[in-house]
Amino acid sequence: MKDPLRFRETRNTAFRIIVIFFTLVSIIPLIAVLVYIFRQGISVINWHFLTSLPKPVGEIGGGILNAIIGSTIIIVLATLIAVPLGVTAGIYFSENSRNKGNRSARSGVNIVSYFRELRKSWVYRAAHLGVDVLQGVPSIVIGILIYLWLVKPFGRFSALSGSVALAFMMLPSIIKSTEETLKLVPHAVKEAALALGVPYYKTILRVIIPAGMSGILNGILLGIARVSGETAPLLFTAFGNPFFSFSIFKPIASLPLIIFNYAISPYEDWHKLAWGASFILVSTVLILNILTKLVLKKWKVQY
Amino acid sequence: MESTILRTENFNAYFGTSHVLKDVNIAIERNNIIAIMGPSGCGKSTFIRSINRMHELTENATTKGNIFLDGNNIYEMNPTFLRRKIGMVFQTPNPFNTMSIYQNVIAGYTLNGYKLSKADKDVTVEESLVKAALWNEVKDNLHKKGTFLSGGQQQRLCIARSLAMKPEILLLDEPTSALDPISTSKIEELLLSLKDSYTIIIVTHNMQQAGRISDFTAFFYLGELTEWNETKIIFTNPKNIQTQNYITGRFG
Repeated sequence: MKDPLRFRETRNTAFRIIVIFFTLVSIIPLIAVLVYIFRQGISVINWHFLTSLPKPVGEIGGGILNAIIGSTIIIVLATLIAVPLGVTAGIYFSENSRNKGNRSARSGVNIVSYFRELRKSWVYRAAHLGVDVLQGVPSIVIGILIYLWLVKPFGRFSALSGSVALAFMMLPSIIKSTEETLKLVPHAVKEAALALGVPYYKTILRVIIPAGMSGILNGILLGIARVSGETAPLLFTAFGNPFFSFSIFKPIASLPLIIFNYAISPYEDWHKLAWGASFILVSTVLILNILTKLVLKKWKVQY
Repeated sequence: MESTILRTENFNAYFGTSHVLKDVNIAIERNNIIAIMGPSGCGKSTFIRSINRMHELTENATTKGNIFLDGNNIYEMNPTFLRRKIGMVFQTPNPFNTMSIYQNVIAGYTLNGYKLSKADKDVTVEESLVKAALWNEVKDNLHKKGTFLSGGQQQRLCIARSLAMKPEILLLDEPTSALDPISTSKIEELLLSLKDSYTIIIVTHNMQQAGRISDFTAFFYLGELTEWNETKIIFTNPKNIQTQNYITGRFG
């Protein structure tokens, strides 16, 4: 009879080495990208680069200030559009998800009431499927859709249409994180408020939402981080603009677009500018992600 | 003042198609402690959740029959106003975890949008915490989060939160089942001291507890109120065979 415990330690160690090895392998691309962008981009970054407009071909220098301002305007506007929609939808989903509270424990669930519930919540199921699908829709398709809805009818590219496209991209992440965090708020807390005579809507707004604030903010920040690098939906919406623009009804520059335009150009110094812009973009996303972690840590509510 | 504070009239409650309370008729006198007993699933919790209309918040939950508070039909009242008159304390302590102790006690006012002056708030908070026998333990930490308290303290905080609304009736749904014996005895003492100003209805599985603190006991079995009498009589000379079996520990 062979001892089944022989080599136990050895196998354990082998397994651990394999797991660590593949984890390291999978983060190599990320580190490579970061290092490469840093090395290529850092040399371009200086005060002039951050505070001036792009220059025409042939002139030395030029910066990305208009793109930084443009990206900020587009993303702030997109956030303003997506947050109310996303948080509201998230509330709806968490309040109507079926396995919440102690309902099944209390009531003798029988097959009739089960089917009655299924029929009643078709809105829930349809909307939930919708969100899942939206998450998977390619960003270029969203760009085309917004082009047809907002750009063609008004006859011009605009920052607003770019924001709407990005808002679409942010929605799933905001909805999902709102839903998931609000589901974690104990049913007992909600009952406590209701039992004090607090109306339902106030219970949601003043008890449930504050309790889930860290998760909601987390979703919003991750949503912003996700869309700040999106290029495709902006191609036919915000379009780009070599000059300053603060109007949301006019074409506007943005970091991903400027990177795209510079990178496909045949000029060596424009390539350099593209690296510089990439560096700014990647650092912003990195900072947003770190901020998200801090928010989660600081605002986490203990139950 | 009329001595009957709460009266039910052929009261029935349902979850979907299951009939959990059957023709309950009971009249509760002011300033007493009423213990609700019975085996699990007999409808005790449903009964007290019907009194402040929390029952109907569950999906598919319906009721038939009437409950009168001071002679007024509660099913003709606005449920949110009713719930401000009838306080409720739950099985597991559930202070608002985003709020400080102070904010927790005053939550019934702030969440409902009542504007109180700072002085009024201070008075209400102190009074309620003193009544809930928690003041001495927390008076130096009023602005800390309520969740750092022990389980027993949290439960007294929840009682203080209900008392702050100056309710007429206090409903307690197994308030000590998650607590250790020392916290439990503190809460029992507290309830006895509150009897003079409030009517207390407490669901409990603990027979000694019912015997120690309650004046009347209602015994529920399979959704029916099988026996309802002074606690002394229920414990010494129960008329119903189910009650007898339950009290002597033969089932339940």
